[in-house]
Amino acid sequence: MNIFVLLKRTFDTEEKITITNGSIDEEGAEFIINPYDEYAVEEAIQIRDAHGGEVTVVTVGGEESEKQLRTALAMGADKAVLINVEDDLEDGDQFTTAKILAEFLKDKEADVILAGNVAIDGGSGQVGPRVAELLGIPYVTTITEIEIKGTQAKLIRDVEGDSEVIETSLPLLVTAQQGLNEPRYPSLPGIMKAKKKPLDELELDDLDLEEEDVEPKTKTIEVFLPPKKETGKILEGDLSDQVKELVQLLHTEAKVV
Amino acid sequence: MARKVLVLGEVREGALRNISFEALSAGKTIAEGGEVVGVIIGDSVNSLGKQLIHYGADRVVVVENEQLKQYTPDGYAQAFLAVVESEKPDGIVFGHTALGKDLSPKIASKLNTGLISDATAVEIAGGNIVFTRPIYSGKAFEKKIVTDGIVFATVRPNNIIPLEKDESRTGEVTSVQADIKDIRTVVKEVVRKASEGVDLTEAKVIVSGGRGVKSAEGFKVLKELADVLGGAVGASRGACDAGYCDYSMQIGQTGKVVTPDLYIACGISGAIQHLAGMSNSKVIVAINKDPEANIFSVADYGIVGDLFQVVPILTEEFKKLKIASS
Repeated sequence: MNIFVLLKRTFDTEEKITITNGSIDEEGAEFIINPYDEYAVEEAIQIRDAHGGEVTVVTVGGEESEKQLRTALAMGADKAVLINVEDDLEDGDQFTTAKILAEFLKDKEADVILAGNVAIDGGSGQVGPRVAELLGIPYVTTITEIEIKGTQAKLIRDVEGDSEVIETSLPLLVTAQQGLNEPRYPSLPGIMKAKKKPLDELELDDLDLEEEDVEPKTKTIEVFLPPKKETGKILEGDLSDQVKELVQLLHTEAKVV
Repeated sequence: MARKVLVLGEVREGALRNISFEALSAGKTIAEGGEVVGVIIGDSVNSLGKQLIHYGADRVVVVENEQLKQYTPDGYAQAFLAVVESEKPDGIVFGHTALGKDLSPKIASKLNTGLISDATAVEIAGGNIVFTRPIYSGKAFEKKIVTDGIVFATVRPNNIIPLEKDESRTGEVTSVQADIKDIRTVVKEVVRKASEGVDLTEAKVIVSGGRGVKSAEGFKVLKELADVLGGAVGASRGACDAGYCDYSMQIGQTGKVVTPDLYIACGISGAIQHLAGMSNSKVIVAINKDPEANIFSVADYGIVGDLFQVVPILTEEFKKLKIASS
């Protein structure tokens, strides 16, 4: 089974966001594998262990994404590819990323491609389905279960809390939802092994792409923090009086009930 | 510049979801005086067309086909693209719902356009259509514009105010034939779990529980409060991890991001990941035993106390209020 995982490096979920000179300040921030992509990596490893084959993790980013790729290798992925766009691209959007990934994947004969259903930074959730469309293969998003038999796949998909049972065939792209699995922590031997596993670096040139081919179709013109909330009102007195006061405040002051 | 904008009316269980009317309102802004065309896809959905017109569509195009009874990306994409083909729009708006999230990137890719996902506001500023959207799960926001091709966006439920319903509005409802074939993903079964009651992402009121709820049983008191308010029940990751409730109820950075009018957090400490999923709610109430709990930092109103004492009284008081104001 030829398995690929699309992975993104993101801010740690604990990080507070600050803005310097109009953009998000990355100075000193901790980075992780996007949590939903971590489910994808785990599932890919489990599929390989059950069916044989190879797991390749791919990311589009800069040099610093190597760390997250190594983590995925330490978890058990076999190979990693960094498509380094640092020098070529000033700006990109989901169109850009999907186009680059699809160009890389088009001759790889992937059986299954896994990705997170959304990245917790940009939060668009577009790249997975876009890549599938560009490759001409079906996709199933927000999956919580996947079972592969030969070239058939049976999946359970989370739809706003309901579950859809879906049948389809490979090749296939899926995006992971929470609940799919419990990602493993890299073991010490895993970390040692990861250092020797192949991590290839490619640039746009290697994919026969020109900058114009991947020029973004949207543009961010401003980044800002939500207005700071005024300190709320902590109610006092007898508990049942507090509750009565709260109901009154919600009714007359906040006017939400 | 007047534009022609297609707005997808989303059907669930035979009725249009509210998000359809919010999307129409966004479509109206983008159209800048141009035509707003509602699109409804499904099996026998023609009768719903009128409703989109009442909420601001100038006319409606319906694509009906047996194969469209159940949503699939292949089926719906073929149907919607058939409408794009005949209408040649300048703009497209979907709701940022499970369906919209799943379908919009496929259509954008097919049309070779950009896509602005999960917009919470749209305005015309400096000659541009400017979308505001949350990033880093609402810890920050960005303003975005489309620089090339069709203006395509999905809008987050509960953020854009629908136009006033006007039943005197009239408009044409026509149909477009689409050849629906080669659906590669087949939906064998739909298991309804969460949708008993109100959908979390569309709920105006959410009562949410954390580890402090202590058990699955404990969620019952929250459900009673939610029922009185016509709201939905949510949970923190802590409560889901502890097995008190299903992950489909989880609100936070991983989980659902919600923006109800009223969010009542019960026994939730307020980890930054949870705040990311709810801090943009209009009014936040926190109920927690620990006066130092971080949830109080984002709360508009706070009660320091045991939720098992506070919530039942709250339920009773809301019942009284309801009787008094009815």
